[in-house]
Amino acid sequence: MIEQLLNGLALGMVYALIAVGYSLVFGVLRLVNFSHGSVYAFGAHMALFFVGLQFGVIPAIVFSIILTGILDILIDKFSLAPLRKKKSKGIAALITTIGIAYIIQNLLMIFFGSQTKPFPAIFDYGYVTVLGISIKSTQLFILVVSLILLAILTYVVKFTKIGLSMRAVEQNQKAASLMGINVNSVIRFTFFLGGASAAIAGSLISGYYQVVYPNMGFLAGLKAFSAAVLGGIGVLYGSIVGGLVVGVSESYAAALLGGSYRDAVAFIILIIVLLFKPTGLFGKKDITKV
Amino acid sequence: MLVVKDLNTHYGNIHALKGIDLEVKEGEIVSLIGSNGAGKSTTLLTITGLLKATRGQVSFKGKDITHASSSDIVHMGLSLAPEGREVFPALTVQENLQLGAYTKKDKASIKESYDRVYDLFPRLYERKKQTAGTMSGGEQQMLAIGRALMTEPKLLMLDEPSLGLAPNLVLLIFDMIQTINKQGTTVLLVEQNANMALSISNRGYVLEIGKVTLSDEAKALSENDKVRKAYLGNIDH
Repeated sequence: MIEQLLNGLALGMVYALIAVGYSLVFGVLRLVNFSHGSVYAFGAHMALFFVGLQFGVIPAIVFSIILTGILDILIDKFSLAPLRKKKSKGIAALITTIGIAYIIQNLLMIFFGSQTKPFPAIFDYGYVTVLGISIKSTQLFILVVSLILLAILTYVVKFTKIGLSMRAVEQNQKAASLMGINVNSVIRFTFFLGGASAAIAGSLISGYYQVVYPNMGFLAGLKAFSAAVLGGIGVLYGSIVGGLVVGVSESYAAALLGGSYRDAVAFIILIIVLLFKPTGLFGKKDITKV
Repeated sequence: MLVVKDLNTHYGNIHALKGIDLEVKEGEIVSLIGSNGAGKSTTLLTITGLLKATRGQVSFKGKDITHASSSDIVHMGLSLAPEGREVFPALTVQENLQLGAYTKKDKASIKESYDRVYDLFPRLYERKKQTAGTMSGGEQQMLAIGRALMTEPKLLMLDEPSLGLAPNLVLLIFDMIQTINKQGTTVLLVEQNANMALSISNRGYVLEIGKVTLSDEAKALSENDKVRKAYLGNIDH
């Protein structure tokens, strides 16, 4: 049982890393960025690519983080920013992100092939014992790395100047520009953070399951999106809790109900939570007072 | 200090400003009065660069700022407390003020600005840890003005600061505007409450459907029959 829990927590942390990307972008743009799953797959492929060039796993992941962050900036610059400038409806941007998801996925198929490719294990030293519990080193690595990254992200958003400007843009774009904040660069920075955390999630999961394939982002993206909605989209710690709930329940479902239910359970939980709390676990209603 | 020449602004096909000319000199309080939809707010938003001028020129301290970005304009010392306050509701008072000083790098001068704002509005100091959305309308207005003062503007533009406030608060806000002006900040004031606005102003402009139809000393304007009839609502005395 404890093994399932650890497995679920590790998986959940990765979902959380993807979910914060949905949450951050939703925060500043009120947009569900459906290209995010493919961006995650892109991150995994970039890591694979640089591993193939004999860079070593860690430098490969660092390159992947940077490139994937830049990809997300480019997605915004060339497809979403023009729509904002024309003040087009939100649905146009939403459909655009779905289109981009397919473009990325197909480009990955063209350049890397659609088959499943092996990825080297990261930090694999078999089992280690922590506080009397024996845990796979790969799981421990995922847990520690994700925790550190989520802590850094939270610190950036809550306590830095750029984080403050992100929250300002989230609440009132017009007033933010009046303060002299360049709203577009704040949005670009947000996309970079989202892309970077997706790349880390993609690399961690690839190192854990030791496989990479172009549509790996589809299900992972949907589950992470449910995690974000479950926790209350736009709320950072909500995404983390949501990710853990989805990961742990998926892991237990696989063990108790059999593998065929593992993918359904995230969505069942999402539906139940939304029935009782439409804003998600930690979602806030917008405060408006005039 | 601020010179606006033949300013034109469109909202899509709607020609909102049809050639506005106005000038604000250093040290003055200048009022822009007019009814709803006359283009008062549009004028201010175009000056700050939030709306793009389709024709004409805005210059500030001798520099052409017609096509400058909002952040450059704020940095040059021109700031706006917008209509409806537009504070950041989920951020604390202090965070709102911190955002006001967003373009400033120098820590010591940011500290001075906090002191000045808290000095002018002790109420904001009492509530500095409170989120802005939970405050009353009057307190939010103080915050909006305080936030605009954080950049130490040379010219402060206020859009309808008295809107929706109780009469005693209106008096307090207008008192503050005069204090801020005496401390050396030039003020461009947009108001529906023309009586109050003209009573503290040096000069005034009357706007009607996108054009300046009258401009004069504030005292002369408040004695002008047409103005009294249209905007002041007291024809008898």
